Amino acid sequence: MTRWLAAMILATILVGPVHAQSRMAGAEWANQQLPDPTQEAEAKELMESLRCLVCQGQSIADSDADMASDMRALVRRRITEGEDPEDIRAWLVERYGRWITYDPPMDAVTWPLWLLPILLVGFGVWLARGRFRTRKRDG
Amino acid sequence: MSDKPDLDAQTLAMKRFILWVPLVIAAIFFGFFTYALFFGNSSPQQRAIESQLIGQPMPEFALEPSLPGRPGLSSADLATGEPRLVNFFASWCVPCIAEAPQLMQLREAGVAIDAIAVRDRPEDVFAFLQRWGDPYERIGADTQSEAQLALGSSGVPETFVVDGNGVIVRQHIGDIRPEHVPELLAALEDAR
Repeated sequence: MTRWLAAMILATILVGPVHAQSRMAGAEWANQQLPDPTQEAEAKELMESLRCLVCQGQSIADSDADMASDMRALVRRRITEGEDPEDIRAWLVERYGRWITYDPPMDAVTWPLWLLPILLVGFGVWLARGRFRTRKRDG
Repeated sequence: MSDKPDLDAQTLAMKRFILWVPLVIAAIFFGFFTYALFFGNSSPQQRAIESQLIGQPMPEFALEPSLPGRPGLSSADLATGEPRLVNFFASWCVPCIAEAPQLMQLREAGVAIDAIAVRDRPEDVFAFLQRWGDPYERIGADTQSEAQLALGSSGVPETFVVDGNGVIVRQHIGDIRPEHVPELLAALEDAR
């Protein structure tokens, strides 16, 4: 029994990741901060709001995937070249669609994301007001 | 005064009705979640991100040769007057092995295929082509996924159909299985 348990635990530990990864080292700037703190802050803000294409649901700042590291390199390189972060985001959206950004622009499709919470809060206020009124009359 | 109880009954019924509203909203939400979790084909885990550049000219890129003695690949090489395939592959990519016979089959059918080797070393590319076959004319080395990002491609293997003017007409995501070969040949014929 204990032997089985030990084997199971060992098997769990030894299981490797299933994702195939390249043997190449990361690109320049993939895992290295920019020397200029202002530029690095800009890059970091952008990287945290861009979605990784491989580990969907993680930002490229968080992901260990090769592609995310190449995207970090692209972001940092372009920022050192003086490109505006929002232009880099637009460049990626042009290629991958709005899906790539965690900060979707407000347009014909996404307006309910902004408007619906306001409407729901309004509905809640209206509901609460009705209840408070009844209570006052009762008391 | 006789209609007072009726009014109260009415407001009471209204109140009862309103109490159900949040539950109905919650049920609709969870209905959506359940649908997306079990039946949605666009759930995050399965979703393939399509390039938005279909129908647009190939973006600018110029890649060094992946193998010494073989030509590299730049976007200018793709507007040859004849439709061609651009195949993203890598020696470290297992599905790329699965699609190798289909690429050879396309090559034998007379299709011009260029390749972009993603994050790959020359020696590994050489060994891969020795073992699984080499259907390519030009092979560009995309060591930092720059061309891949420029094309809106999100992984390997992927295959783009490019027409004679260098316009992207189709993107095939994932390995080319035998049943995909006729589709690709038809797309190449349409692009002529």
